[in-house]
Amino acid sequence: MKDLGFILASWVMTLGSIGVLALVTLRRARELSSRVPDEHKPWV
Amino acid sequence: MTTGTAATRVLGVLAIITTAWVVVSAFFLTPADVVQGDSVRIMYAHVPTAWIAYLAFVTTAVASGFSLVRKHRTLGFDRVAGASAEVGVLFMAMTLITGSLWGRITWGTFWQWDPRLTTTLFLFVTYVGYLAIRRVDVDPVRRARRSSVIALLAVLEIPLVHFSVVLWRSLHQEASVLNTDGDVRLDGLMLFTLFSGVVAFTLMFVWLVMHRQRLTALSDLERVVGLDAAISARRAEGVSGIHAT
Repeated sequence: MKDLGFILASWVMTLGSIGVLALVTLRRARELSSRVPDEHKPWV
Repeated sequence: MTTGTAATRVLGVLAIITTAWVVVSAFFLTPADVVQGDSVRIMYAHVPTAWIAYLAFVTTAVASGFSLVRKHRTLGFDRVAGASAEVGVLFMAMTLITGSLWGRITWGTFWQWDPRLTTTLFLFVTYVGYLAIRRVDVDPVRRARRSSVIALLAVLEIPLVHFSVVLWRSLHQEASVLNTDGDVRLDGLMLFTLFSGVVAFTLMFVWLVMHRQRLTALSDLERVVGLDAAISARRAEGVSGIHAT
């Protein structure tokens, strides 16, 4: 496949950045959730 | 209990499955383009990220509008607006990066001050500014009011970006699907893979927005809970001080 490096870089950066944002979000959510009582969380 | 629910878990699983299908199809099933060759495989990531960035910014504007009109539910709508803009900025950044890599293959350069590229960069910078403004105000109600007005103005840039290839002479090609003459210039499987990409990225977008708006709510609540605890501690200190004297 021609230009495979550029094609792979596009996909790795796109999916990688979304994955990193998802992980950071979940980690921060876990951290904050422990400090806020469940009765204040309408989604629970 | 964190920001996850049954709905976000289902969305997450669906997003992973759909994305896996898009990657397999983009790399192994779809043919190379007659003109652009294998570089067309970048399209299945580039185009959906651009469309979802538009969707994110429109969602921000709509939620901001509701936030201004329905005053009693200001914060809920404002959190959705903020979360959507955060995710939109990430998708827009990916649009610029993947476009730049694709441009290097087809045009021989990573960047040109072309109307489509320039207006897209301007849209990206506008929403980075929007997110910066959101961080200035600590008071959530004031934050909601100020950022809503900016969001309603910023969304007006989207038609300019989308139609820039028609309005001005541009290096960037015209849309292959949502173009002005209504003609679809893609092979069946290529079109299906492209739409699968849009579905996959939409699922990711919804999942991220649901989690991130709850994260903002937690952050606002933590400030309130922390403040209440500090006030109670001070009161207790005051009472014990009175007893001691």
